[in-house]
Amino acid sequence: MKGNEAVAEAAIRAGADGYFGYPITPQSEILEYLMEAKPHERTGMVVLQAESEVAAINMVYGGAACGKKVMTSSSSPGISLKQEGITYIAGAELPCLIVNVVRGGPGLGTIQPAQSDYFQATKGGGHGDYHLIVLAPSSVQEMADFVELSFELAFKYRNPVMMLSDGAIGQMMEKVWLKPQKERSKTVPEWATTGKPPTRERVIITSLDLDPHRQEKFNEKLVSKYNEIREKEVRFEELSCEDAEYIFVAYGTSARVCMKAIQLARAQGIKAGLLRPITLFPFPSKRLNELSGRARMMVSVEMSAGQMVEDVMLSVNGRIPVYHFGRMGGIVTTPEEVVDFLKSKI
Amino acid sequence: MSQATGIKEIIKPENLVYKKTKVMTGKVLSYCPGCGHGTTHRILAEVIDEEGLQSETIGVSPVGCSVLLYEFLDIDWQEAAHGRAPALATAIKRLLPEKFVFTYQGDGDLAAIGTAETIHACNRGENIMIIFINNGIYGMTGGQMAPTTLPGMKSSTSPYGRDVKMMGNPLKMTDIVATLPGTYYVTRQSVHTPANVKKAKKAIRKAVQYQKLNRGTCFIEIVSNCPSGWKMTPVESNKWMEANMFPYYPLGDLKVPAEENPQKQTNPEKND
Repeated sequence: MKGNEAVAEAAIRAGADGYFGYPITPQSEILEYLMEAKPHERTGMVVLQAESEVAAINMVYGGAACGKKVMTSSSSPGISLKQEGITYIAGAELPCLIVNVVRGGPGLGTIQPAQSDYFQATKGGGHGDYHLIVLAPSSVQEMADFVELSFELAFKYRNPVMMLSDGAIGQMMEKVWLKPQKERSKTVPEWATTGKPPTRERVIITSLDLDPHRQEKFNEKLVSKYNEIREKEVRFEELSCEDAEYIFVAYGTSARVCMKAIQLARAQGIKAGLLRPITLFPFPSKRLNELSGRARMMVSVEMSAGQMVEDVMLSVNGRIPVYHFGRMGGIVTTPEEVVDFLKSKI
Repeated sequence: MSQATGIKEIIKPENLVYKKTKVMTGKVLSYCPGCGHGTTHRILAEVIDEEGLQSETIGVSPVGCSVLLYEFLDIDWQEAAHGRAPALATAIKRLLPEKFVFTYQGDGDLAAIGTAETIHACNRGENIMIIFINNGIYGMTGGQMAPTTLPGMKSSTSPYGRDVKMMGNPLKMTDIVATLPGTYYVTRQSVHTPANVKKAKKAIRKAVQYQKLNRGTCFIEIVSNCPSGWKMTPVESNKWMEANMFPYYPLGDLKVPAEENPQKQTNPEKND
């Protein structure tokens, strides 16, 4: 099935309570699949087509504040529209899943796959100091698997999670194993708005504090939460890194390209490896720093003008050369181009 | 001294005729003297209390003067981004359909930045109550022109009066939503006299009861004053409101349930 369809089916099976979306290419199959699958009959899951991305993300806010497992999905221009809601959700410390099936930009850009929303996804995206937890699937299987993982992380840290996919993985068809149907949760978190019984204080979900000292305390709390996430939730995969002199750093579609590039390079006697970040926030900085002690060079391969490369450089801290290579505008890099680039820098 | 003693003798439970509603928190209201927000909060709290809905209610507070509304009513609250309250309320009601859900929004919030959310929530017939405070001005940010500012009316961003050729005409959102099939009950009220307070409270009570029927959106506009923004005394502002706001925003029901009054449903009749 398609990556987009896998997300939709996995959401139903993960026991999601609600999905609120708005059509945009190349991710409309998520909403279409959910409408066709009638999840309200299967699990009672609410699916609603909103009047805009802005409304959809605010519906997610409302649902999340009720303690429900809720999600939305969109693609780059739509994700920009959602940024207001996302920063409010981060500020109100609400859990939710936002799927971004990235297409090339800026502006309306193209409907072809790209990885040009890395900065927006990993550095906050909206206003204020905050981070999303960002997961980067590189297969249809991972698009399915990361739905449940996203909800787990979102509720564990009361933090929005973004699944940063791209148009290629969203549209491609692969074999996928889906988990059996999970029941929707009946437990209500104590921080959720459910109507105030006489036995407890009222719950107020807000991101407003007019007192700068209290607001600073809150910001410090967020920072310590992000530090805990950095400490505990880094996920990555290494391929042929044991003896690698040259390490590609790539996620999503670019990681798949690099898997092939490693084979081509090794056939030519070049010891290449791949570190594939699965979490983009938190970024596997520590591991990249370790690897820079024995590798000669790193190349960040991205379908962008060079965004993740900045995090690779910060991780390596000048110890070895770090380059960026990638195509833009919706063009997917070929393994041959990647190897040619590597050879040009050796 | 004899007077003080007299008052002490009167302060007995059996003589109590008016007291703080249980659903009000006791926090001092942050509004200017004479503002209609406080009265509207009070009657909303009274209805929630009298209908026994405190434990069943989830309110959505707006951005604007009533941004701190969640400080004043002792219920569960969600604070929305500017204009987005109907989107939050949509999800709350769909995920918790047995709860009583309402939004409380000003004119800038509901009729400018939140126009799309308002119209589409009403058009879908979301089973929520929307309370719309229309005082024709952005109060909290210091008296700027609102979508509902009257023609010729002065504000800090229309210092020579609203020029409708340049700035557009005031938007009658209540009239617009009354035309949508999704709305079940649409009314325009005020809270500037005891009689109007009673009528407005009755309207809120109706909306609360209608929500139990699950028939669509109930929309209550409260035409209100803004003594600070209008640069008038409270009394002057109420007189000005009667003379200028009410002709443009006439009080009365715009849409009532067909089963209660078939004529009114099809032929909206203004009353005062």
